[in-house]
Amino acid sequence: MIQLENVHKRFQLNRSEIVAVDDVTLNIEEGEIFGVIGYSGAGKSTLIRLLNGLEVPTSGSIVIHGQEMTTLKGAGLRNARQKISMIFQHFNLLWSRTVEENIMFPLEIAGVKKSARKQKVKELINLVGLTGREQAYPAQLSGGQKQRVGIARALANDPEVLLCDEATSALDPETTNAILDLLTDINEKLGLTIVLITHEMHVIRKICHRVAVMEAGKVVEMGNVLEVFQSPQADITKNFISQVTDTEDTDAAMAHLMEGAPHGKLIKLAFIGERTEQPVLAELIRKFPIDVNIVQGNISTTRDGAYGTLVLQLVGDVAVIAEAMAFLDANEVKTEVLTHD
Amino acid sequence: MIEQWFPNVNWDNMWKATGETLYMSAYSTFFTLVFGIALGIILFLTSPGQLWANKITNVFTGAFVNIFRSIPFIILIILLIPLTKYMFGSIRGPNAALPALIIGAAPFYGRMVLIALQEIDKGVIEAARSMGAKTSTIIFKVLLPESMPALVSGITVTAIALVGYTAMAGVIGAGGLGTLAYLDGFQRNREDVTLMATILVLIIVFIIQFFGDFIVKRLDKR
Repeated sequence: MIQLENVHKRFQLNRSEIVAVDDVTLNIEEGEIFGVIGYSGAGKSTLIRLLNGLEVPTSGSIVIHGQEMTTLKGAGLRNARQKISMIFQHFNLLWSRTVEENIMFPLEIAGVKKSARKQKVKELINLVGLTGREQAYPAQLSGGQKQRVGIARALANDPEVLLCDEATSALDPETTNAILDLLTDINEKLGLTIVLITHEMHVIRKICHRVAVMEAGKVVEMGNVLEVFQSPQADITKNFISQVTDTEDTDAAMAHLMEGAPHGKLIKLAFIGERTEQPVLAELIRKFPIDVNIVQGNISTTRDGAYGTLVLQLVGDVAVIAEAMAFLDANEVKTEVLTHD
Repeated sequence: MIEQWFPNVNWDNMWKATGETLYMSAYSTFFTLVFGIALGIILFLTSPGQLWANKITNVFTGAFVNIFRSIPFIILIILLIPLTKYMFGSIRGPNAALPALIIGAAPFYGRMVLIALQEIDKGVIEAARSMGAKTSTIIFKVLLPESMPALVSGITVTAIALVGYTAMAGVIGAGGLGTLAYLDGFQRNREDVTLMATILVLIIVFIIQFFGDFIVKRLDKR
């Protein structure tokens, strides 16, 4: 559906050159929700703007639905953009237009007749759950409602691809979840390919099928969301994952525990998929003569299954602890030793 | 009672002069609006990073605007006498004042239009581009509607300045309340005529301001 090959984007800023996108090669499948995560300045905003020609790559090829985007100009580019729509962090609605008129705007651009426009707007308002707010102005809406208008507007010309530029970053957690549910819904109902960029792992975890992690213009890690969660390779990926698995005071609690119980071994277990549903721990305790102290536990769900972490303190004979850990490995539970005595 | 306070006022002349002032103000405001918006849009779209980014056009338009904005109006009138003569065959009468009024005010308003357009959220323009909008669509459906309150309050200020300019145009015999106040009032020592002309100018200004504010309030949905 979307193929990027060796895409580079460099900006000339005064005398220095900034490499925003550095040799990115990606392949996004039709109908999937593909997430790009990175800190600000990682180049993800530029990357998503390359997909609809708002930015032109310095080199490389971008093919969407068999159409090479980098050579498109004028009317060709404008027509292609009608099928690759975009929603934004700050919604970017026209304040001078009502909800209805905002959603109508892309239809006016596409030259749709007035009666057909009315009909389409009605359907879209229903789809995004804004019935009754047709005549309101953006200033009278909450953030979540504004993003719903943004989504309805983006869907007006029946696009094949929806680009989401930090679409939930300006929203509170509850509204974020509601908008993410709506996006999942749209993805399933309309079979739309969604490409989203974000700095929140929560967003990736909740709705994405696949994820690419970006750092300094490069894609440093890419894969199925659950697999990336299970075995992150890059340090930056581990950081992002700890956003959703660690609570804020995990670190403090660990430090406290190490002080209070200088003996024993702290280990972190990662459970994935059906492992999360099996009584591995009970078996461990029954089998080995060691004390097991549960420090912290956490479970999060991704689209393709659950992912859990558990921090344990194992106290007992060193040899037995080693055996216990071998047992966990044999049961496909990933273990990571946090500290020694 | 009015006859007592304003014994020297010839009301026929006064109303005729008011009509001329209104005529000059209305026409010049209209053309200032058209040319000012055109100038403002050119300045905005040719500035760096915008849709028509073009240094040469931007610098030249900017220079044109700055030069005509800086020439004192009274001097501009005199400088434009040959042009006025060529256009109307005479330098007397309300029409003769129009070129100077428009050339003096359009660059001034053009700057205000530029400022109004710069206030528009860049993201909204980007959103329109991402939908596949043409530049003309962006101008008429995004730039102008989104900056409308500022455009209206700008033209209100400009129209009021133009009422003042029409009075100055009296020196070339343009007619209107300015000419009347000067020739009939000041030069013949009839203070009541000057005072009455002033009161009428004030009323015109207040009415323009009132309508300007009213429209801005109605337009602004932010």
